Order: sequence, then C-alpha cells, then structure tokens
Amino acid sequence: MTDYSVIDQPAATKASILARVPGVAFMLVLLFVAFATTTPGFTTLANLSNVVVQSTILLIIALPMTLIIMTEGLDLSIGAVLTLTSIIFASVLLPTGSYALAFAASSVVGIMFGAVNGWLIAVPRIPPFVATLGTLGIAQGLCLIVTDGQSIVGLPPQLQWLYGGTILGIPVPLVMAALAYLAFHGILYHTRFGTYVPALGGNREALRQAGVNDSLVLVAVYTLGGFMAGIAAMLLTARMNSAHPTAAIGMEFDAIAAVAVGGTQFERGNGWLFGTLLGVVTIGILRNGLNLLAIPSSVQVSCVGLLVILALFVDGLRSTEE
Amino acid sequence: MTTVETTAASPRFVMSGDLTQLFYRLAAIGLICVALSFLSDAFLTTNNLLNVLRQASLVFFMASGLTLVILTGKIDLSVGATVGLSACLAATVIKSTGSPWLGAVVGIGAGSLVGLANGVLVTRLRIPSFIATYGSLWIVQGITYYYMAGQTIYGFPPGFRALGSGYALGIPIPVYLMAGFLLIGGFFAKRTTYGQQIYAIGANSVAARLSGIPVNSRLVLVFIMSGAMAGLASLVFLARLNSAEGDIGESLTLPTIAAVLIGGTSLFGGIGTVSGTFFGALILTLILNGMNLLAVNANWQPPVTGAIIIFSVWLDLATSARSQASA
Repeated sequence: MTDYSVIDQPAATKASILARVPGVAFMLVLLFVAFATTTPGFTTLANLSNVVVQSTILLIIALPMTLIIMTEGLDLSIGAVLTLTSIIFASVLLPTGSYALAFAASSVVGIMFGAVNGWLIAVPRIPPFVATLGTLGIAQGLCLIVTDGQSIVGLPPQLQWLYGGTILGIPVPLVMAALAYLAFHGILYHTRFGTYVPALGGNREALRQAGVNDSLVLVAVYTLGGFMAGIAAMLLTARMNSAHPTAAIGMEFDAIAAVAVGGTQFERGNGWLFGTLLGVVTIGILRNGLNLLAIPSSVQVSCVGLLVILALFVDGLRSTEE
Repeated sequence: MTTVETTAASPRFVMSGDLTQLFYRLAAIGLICVALSFLSDAFLTTNNLLNVLRQASLVFFMASGLTLVILTGKIDLSVGATVGLSACLAATVIKSTGSPWLGAVVGIGAGSLVGLANGVLVTRLRIPSFIATYGSLWIVQGITYYYMAGQTIYGFPPGFRALGSGYALGIPIPVYLMAGFLLIGGFFAKRTTYGQQIYAIGANSVAARLSGIPVNSRLVLVFIMSGAMAGLASLVFLARLNSAEGDIGESLTLPTIAAVLIGGTSLFGGIGTVSGTFFGALILTLILNGMNLLAVNANWQPPVTGAIIIFSVWLDLATSARSQASA
C-alpha cells in the first residue's frame, strides 16, 4: 500500500504526455515539409534512409538519457564517454582481432563511468550537471591521453558490416537501435524498476519511504547510460572504421536536445520514451536538411540549441496553462 | 531541494565560516608552493610567480562574475563560449577601426547581451539555469564558429596588447585589474544592498521574494554581470594571445567553474565570497602551473580540473552536512 505514492507518478505522467503529443510531432512535420519544399534531394529514398541510419547512434544514447533526465538528472559526459569507449574498442580490437574482447573492454569502461556518475549523484548527492561535467573533463582528457591526439586506424574491414551491413535487408544499426528501443520500452513501462525511474524525479523521498533502495536505482540508471555509450561506440567505430579522440565530443548535446524536444521535462519526472524517438528523428531531419543546404555544422548546433529553447518555451507555456 | 534548506545555515555560521575558509585556502596555497619549490627549480622565480598571477587573473575575471550567479543558486555554463564570442567580435572591431576602446565596448557589450539572454531564459521562460546556459553555450559557440569561419584575427596595436602582456612597476597589468575587481566585487557582494539581496536569493529564493526582493531582476542582473566579466576576460585574453580564433573560449568552462568551487562558493547558493574565488583561481592556476613545470602532458589538465570540481562539491556537501549535524 505504501507503493501508491510511486504508482501515482506514471499516472500523472500519462496525462501530461497526452497533452504534449502534438508538440514534437508538430515540429517534426513542420521541419519535414519545410525541407521537402525547399531542399532538393531531401525527399529521395536514399536520403531519408540515410537520415534514419544516421539517427541510430543518437537514439542509442538518447534512450538512457531519457531515463536519466526523468530522474531530474543529466549526463553531460555521455558524448565523451562514447568517444572514450570507441577508442578503447578500437585499441583492443586492433592488436587482438577479437570483437568479443574489444566489446567487453569498451563496455567495462562505459559501465565504470556510468556507475561513477551514478554514485556521485546518488550518494554524496553532487548535482548531476556538475558531477557529469567533471567526468566529462576526465573522459575527454583520457581520450587525448590514450591516443596522444591521433586517430586509431587500420581496423579490420569486416567491422564496417556493423554499420553498413544488413540483416534480412534491414541495416544492422537500425536493427540494433530498434532492439535498444524495445528493451528500454520494456524496462521503463513493464518493470518495477521502470516505475521507480519517474518516481526518482517526482519524489525521491517517497520512493525511499516505500522501502526502495533509491540510490541503487539511480546508480543503475546512470550505469545504463554508460553501457549504452559502449554499444553506440561500436557503431561509431564501425561507421568511421577508425576511432578519433574527438569523434563524439558534444554529442551529449544532441541527445539532451532530442529528449527535451521529445517532451521529457527536466523537473518532476515527466518523461516519454516515444517522444525521444520522435525527438531524435526531428534532430536528424534538421541536421540532414541543413547539411543538404550546405549550412556549416557550427550553425547546425546553434539551430539545435534554438530548437531546444523553443521546445522548453512551449513546454513552459503549457505547464503554466495547467 | 532539501539541500538548499540545509546549506542555508544561520548567518552567524556563515560569518565565522568565512575566516576558516580563508585559512584553509591559504594553507592549501602554502602547501602547494612548498611542494612545488622542492619539485621544480623553475617554480620559485619571479618570472614564474608573476606568470601564475597573470594566468590566475584571467581565470578570476570569468570566475568572479560566475561567483555572483552561483551565489544565487544558479549556474552559468556559457562563460567560456561567451569569452569566445566577445573576443572574436572585439578583435574584428579593433582590427577594422583601430580603436581598442570601441573593441572593449563591443566585447563587454556582447558578453552582457549573452548574459541578458541567459537571464531572460532563466527568469521569464523559467528554464532551469543549467540547461538554459548549456543551450546558450552551444548556440553562442556555433555563432562564433560561423562568424570566424576558421579564420584567425591577429596583430593588435601595442597599446592594447599591454592590457594582457604589459607590466607596470614590474607587475603584470592584468594583476592590477584583478586587484581592482577583487575590491569592487567584494564591496559589491558584501557591502551593497544588491549584494545582500543576491545572498538572500541564494539562501532562500522564496523567502527573498516574500520579503520584497525583486528576485527576477536581480537574477537577470547577475547573469549580465557574469556575461560582462566574460567580455572583460576576453579582452585580456585577446591582448595576451595577440590573436583570436573561434575556439578561443572552448576550454575555459571547466577551469572557471573549478575556481569558483575551490574558492568555497557553494553550488547551492547563499554561501561564498568573491575573495574566495580569487584564492580558488590562484590554487587552480598553481596546480596547472606545477603540472606544466613538471612536464606533465597538457592533456591531463582537463581530467585534473574535472576531478577538482567533483572533489570541491563533495567537500562542500560533506562539511555542510557536518556543520548541520553539530549545530
């Protein structure tokens, strides 16, 4: 019966989600129509499937980011950890030739960073943005130290199958992203652990009163982020067939943007996994369209930032209406 | 949320705390200096020590503005990016008009505008400051990169360059500026109504609002001051480096935040001093300088700074919990 306080949260979440459905969908459609009418080559099948495949890496880290933000948290380190795990993956694969060993090593590093983030936030209660800003600095520095600023090249060409190959005609990264989405959907909506996640953001004290080890749940959420960074790192390494010390630096911003645009709130534990999927596609379309228009990537970043502020602004208007 | 309440200890504790905080920082500086003078012959030279002071002044300009923001319980993650934009705009103006004064107005003005935008995002749109200023970090950086398009602007008039690399009476000019802003900042925070209101907002923003403090306009003010100080820092950077590139401010966010936190300003608002930030900037610069002298790979600087940030907040939390328990 003490569990009521926990169960209340997802129910409230559901109501506010329904009110928000049009927000991100509206943006998505608007951007799509805008680029379809102004940008030659945007609506070709080749380009659109390109958008989808290129969005897979972002989705894989945006999924755990959704859970993290639902706990009223943030992970600024995920881009740097993704880069670091990619470097570890490549530097183990290169001499040993063993994919299993390379994946194990990169996963361990990702999980360690995630667990440290989670511990810093759960136990000494360091605010998430500053704890992960610190680990961002650590991971980013390690990227440069391990590689000495150089790219790791000469990886086996078979690795490219991971990003460029197909299973039953479906691109491998898409299969992996779909599996990841299903797994996160299952975790968030169909497990007890999943009900704890919004409760951590909504009312951590109530969760503790209900007898849940709230710190452990928080550590698990961030650890999931580190682990998924390790998964995304394989795709990233396969995509470039190399590892580069600044490859995914800053990707945390796209992930946070996708989650925010998707309607997950930074307060109160309101989150929506499908919204994140739409958010990832929205950012993917925005970047792809701007690319086709030959807009430099620096301006693309600014546009993503403006999109986030617009989304939060609309979000704020809605919550004041309520 | 609960931490905000617990750190808002009684004013009596804060007053006596300032002195102990100062003592710890002086002790840390003493220890680092003794250690480094044993480890490296190059440390205890006039040149090196003046260089440390000059470097510390750059960090201090950015960190003193940020201190005011953090005192209100908010954060400004866009400081580094703002330095980049201000530096590039000021560089263009100085090159095209030849007037450092006009460049200074544009640099500080641009910084203030970014601060104003941050303040509006936080107060009017009610976006949490860590996410609003994180967004503006990327927006401002994107604008800077686009504006510079990979170019470098270099070669400024000697009169302007003196601001960064000149000496007066054997002491670097930025050090005088730092001393000035240390006095002004300390006076502003501790001796003016505005300053006291900033502490009150950080200690308990609801109580501050109920007691009639115009919370939103004070918040906008501190964000503008943070942006303006970033603009000032950009001028000194420009004068020191004698060149401006798009990525000039990229690596400055971590050290700036680290200096404020080492200086004893609590991330939860209401506790801290501008003079503490001066010592924070000095300690951080000493550590990085020491790593340089000991020929440690420069790539170790971000990890060390990151670890210092985490350690400082942890220390703040641990000590405030203890003072809470003993009270």
